[in-house]
Amino acid sequence: MESLEQLRNRLLARFPAATVSIVVNPSPSAEHSLLIDAAHGREIALFLRDDDALKLDYCSNATGVDWPDREVVDIKKTTVPDPAGGPGKVVEEKTKRFEPGYLEAVYHLYSMALRHGPVILRLRTANRTDAVTLPSLTPVWRSCDLQEREIFDLYGIVFEGHPDLRRLLMWEEFKDHPMRRDYVAPDDFEWEPTPHDQVLARATKHYPTPPAPAASAEDKGASA
Amino acid sequence: MEMSDAPSTPTPFPAAGNISDDEREDLRRHGILLTSMEELYNWGRSNSIWPLQFGLACCAIEMIAAATARFDIARFGAEIFRPSPRQADLMIVSGTVTKKMAPQVVRLWNQMPEPKYCIAMGACAISGGPFKQGYNVLKGIDRFIPVDIYIPGCPPRPEALLNGLIQLQKQIKGERLSGPNTAKHLRADAPSEYPIPEFGAHDLVPPQNPDVWTPPASLPRKA
Repeated sequence: MESLEQLRNRLLARFPAATVSIVVNPSPSAEHSLLIDAAHGREIALFLRDDDALKLDYCSNATGVDWPDREVVDIKKTTVPDPAGGPGKVVEEKTKRFEPGYLEAVYHLYSMALRHGPVILRLRTANRTDAVTLPSLTPVWRSCDLQEREIFDLYGIVFEGHPDLRRLLMWEEFKDHPMRRDYVAPDDFEWEPTPHDQVLARATKHYPTPPAPAASAEDKGASA
Repeated sequence: MEMSDAPSTPTPFPAAGNISDDEREDLRRHGILLTSMEELYNWGRSNSIWPLQFGLACCAIEMIAAATARFDIARFGAEIFRPSPRQADLMIVSGTVTKKMAPQVVRLWNQMPEPKYCIAMGACAISGGPFKQGYNVLKGIDRFIPVDIYIPGCPPRPEALLNGLIQLQKQIKGERLSGPNTAKHLRADAPSEYPIPEFGAHDLVPPQNPDVWTPPASLPRKA
């Protein structure tokens, strides 16, 4: 199969209006992915499926990723020349930049006919609150049906053109999206006996005033 | 009729004054059987417990194994798994109860006629088990319905289920048909149906039945 760069260039030649970029995976697996814009998502997906050199006829996996809002600190280094003629002084200028979050749908594509893959597609929403619509790829690959419903349920991405977009795991009346990073689960259990720091912090929060050890020792003495 | 599996704890025999179990056994060897209506009734009930055919997760596989020839739950008279709650005496909550499933479990419980018993089988049905931190897992079915027997394990082996069944049989044999300790199913004031939780925007509403379960006030833990 052609390399990801070749594929991107071919896509850009075929769809001049689309934005297609490569998201580099720096880990040893080096599974780089193609980031395509939502407006051309369906067309590009159809092309990937029907192109004779690719024939990516099988979407094995569709999943969601939540990228929350974050503050990025840019450090700009400038060298101020020393008037006395010595070495210049390096001044760091820090600027904070707000980077809005987004939701992402990731598709892993294989070709059963040509036995190659995966090609990884990413589609991103504009933000995490009101513009969360992406084109559904269920009309392209049937196997996305339940998985897109799961993404809709757990991340809240609305797939336009999905034949049956309902919640999959949670009930219809449920309002939250549990796999989002800012989801807060109901505080409905007390104690988890595994000694994780997070679990201990949660237990302390659940019971802000633990019984004093001295008092409990007295109780034991009284009962005995 | 032989009372081969009498309760292990020596209970006074109400119909015959202060006669002891040993004396009764002695009489039985001479062909005289002494019993009471209560004992006969409980003996019959405890040896034909019909469980609800109802599995939720991997514990259900062990429950099925307990019904097969190797473990043979039929030895204890509980082999008739009923597909209808109307014909069942025992609900074995075998597996993880998700919050989406919890109203259906309570509804099935309400549809079972009295006398009815509940076994919470496995860590999940008891407390949520390994999925306790999950957002969609009910942390124990005893938050909504009363549980008679808890069987720990993940999943419990079929022998553990059989042991739980034997414990339930002991409980049934100790139930009273009259007097101050009358069995629950004979008291008019004891509830038979429990409120079914509704699906809320963030959790089940209510998240637990306060008549059945209240969160513990505090925990004995190291400060």
